[in-house]
Amino acid sequence: MDAILDARGLFKSFGAVSAAKDIHAAIARDSVVGLIGTNGAGKTTFINMITGFLKPDAGTIHFEGRDITGLEPRTIARLGICRSFQIPQLYNSLTVYENMMVGLGVMLQNAGRGGFLAGGTPHVPGFDAPAEAVADTLLGRFGLDAYRDRRAQILPGGVRKLLDIAMTMVAKPRVLLLDEPTSGVSAEEKFGIMDMVMAAVRAEGATVLFVEHDMEVVSRFSERVLAFYDGRVIADAPPEVALADPDVKRYVVGGELHRKDRGEAGRA
Amino acid sequence: MSGGRVGLVAGIACAAAVVAGPFLPPWALFLVTIALGKGLVVLGLMLFLRAGLVSFGQALFYCLGAYAGGGIGRFFGISDIFLVLAAGGLVGGLVGWLLGFLLARYRAIFFGLLSLAMSMILYGVLVKNEALGSTDGFNVLHSTFLGWRPSNEWVRYATLLVALGTCAAAALLVERLLRTPLGRLLPALKDNEIRVEYMGASARRAIHVIYVVAAVLAGIGGALVGATVGHIDPEMAFWTMSGEFIFIAILAGTGSVLAPFLGAIVFGAIHTVAFDLSPNTWQMSLGIALLLVIVFLPEGVWSLFTRRRGA
Repeated sequence: MDAILDARGLFKSFGAVSAAKDIHAAIARDSVVGLIGTNGAGKTTFINMITGFLKPDAGTIHFEGRDITGLEPRTIARLGICRSFQIPQLYNSLTVYENMMVGLGVMLQNAGRGGFLAGGTPHVPGFDAPAEAVADTLLGRFGLDAYRDRRAQILPGGVRKLLDIAMTMVAKPRVLLLDEPTSGVSAEEKFGIMDMVMAAVRAEGATVLFVEHDMEVVSRFSERVLAFYDGRVIADAPPEVALADPDVKRYVVGGELHRKDRGEAGRA
Repeated sequence: MSGGRVGLVAGIACAAAVVAGPFLPPWALFLVTIALGKGLVVLGLMLFLRAGLVSFGQALFYCLGAYAGGGIGRFFGISDIFLVLAAGGLVGGLVGWLLGFLLARYRAIFFGLLSLAMSMILYGVLVKNEALGSTDGFNVLHSTFLGWRPSNEWVRYATLLVALGTCAAAALLVERLLRTPLGRLLPALKDNEIRVEYMGASARRAIHVIYVVAAVLAGIGGALVGATVGHIDPEMAFWTMSGEFIFIAILAGTGSVLAPFLGAIVFGAIHTVAFDLSPNTWQMSLGIALLLVIVFLPEGVWSLFTRRRGA
């Protein structure tokens, strides 16, 4: 397998709590991987270690063959690993368009373009177009045109989610980590958001890892599932296999079944 | 406001001053020149405010610039106004670059108080330094202009013209800086620094850059005020001086690169009138003025212009 991202033997503990106990995961290039598990199972810790927010106690992470273990978030971001956030991290005082322009400016800056003395309209690396045009293209792709000039602070929840993800796309990420892209969004909106995100990602071309609690979303959008439980990966397989695994059913999907049982009991 | 508009407004203000200058009393020219010098310092402070930082220590660079500009006259006999301003900016920028390595690591109140501490260290050093006149400071040479030494009645006018040119250039350069990717990063730093880092930018580097820019501006401003007043002393580094710059910044608002200069002129006018009317309670008058601005014009006096255009 051509692994774009390869985590080997990751350990991380916070005091007495172990959030990662010997995690191994090799992510195939251009695949879409769903990360599932109950709260505290270690999904976000895994993402945080990949993106450099947390330094693993032990183990290594390789990206395209390069050891990126313990690098700073901005260095990892520059290499092409970007993330969105469970709670959208926007620039609230700026408009939707300006939020995009901040990120595009960073891309120009890191490419050594658009400095104080630069003239004209430099092209954003990877897009071959000026920042203004790229911002509008991406906003269109995420259906955000209508909100272009609204301040981020007053956006509805689903739109905040989309903008948060759209902001990661300015970097032309090769690996995109989406932390609960549909949390806090109504059930009707979930599939719409995922459809849009997946279409946009396919248009740009990236490997995607997404954390998700809704098993319907997981089985529809992922090609592979990593199931976390108690800081370990207990299943690593295509969704139909992983979701049928007895351990996964018991420790991860179990919560879901339990809730359904209660619902039926309530109706009876 | 676009770069073109800034240039236009600055140009009109300069033209008006050039024409009206010879007919205005020297004290008015003096007040405007001082205000422009302070406006330069506040222009730098505005960059911090945009990034969500407040420096309680810009007087450090203001005073350094004044001593650098006065110092080249005192020790080398150089009195050319352009060299004086350049010396102020250079020394301010150099010290700002060095201190920036430390200060750019801090945010919020720590940034503010650390910058205040730095300015008070300079104050302490100057007060103890006999060669630099201790608490009395020293007199600055009569300014010359590229070899020309104007008579006493024309030196104020000539200095004002240099000040206007310097401020217009500074405003246009800062306007351009704000339009670069680095400039656009400033409000993002204020809103969400973590996201900035996750986008692959260095918040520390951006803050270091604006720290140096603000230091250069404050250094030039200090040198200009020193040359205009003709005397400098350690009070220029005292914390109340830094407070005055913050006062002007709030009064002015951060809406435009020209706002600091307008704010400084308004501040100078209120100060002069209040002191004239009631020498013992002028601070109260200033306080009331600031209170009124905060309550009725929360975006500063500059919003008087933007508001009308929006309506």
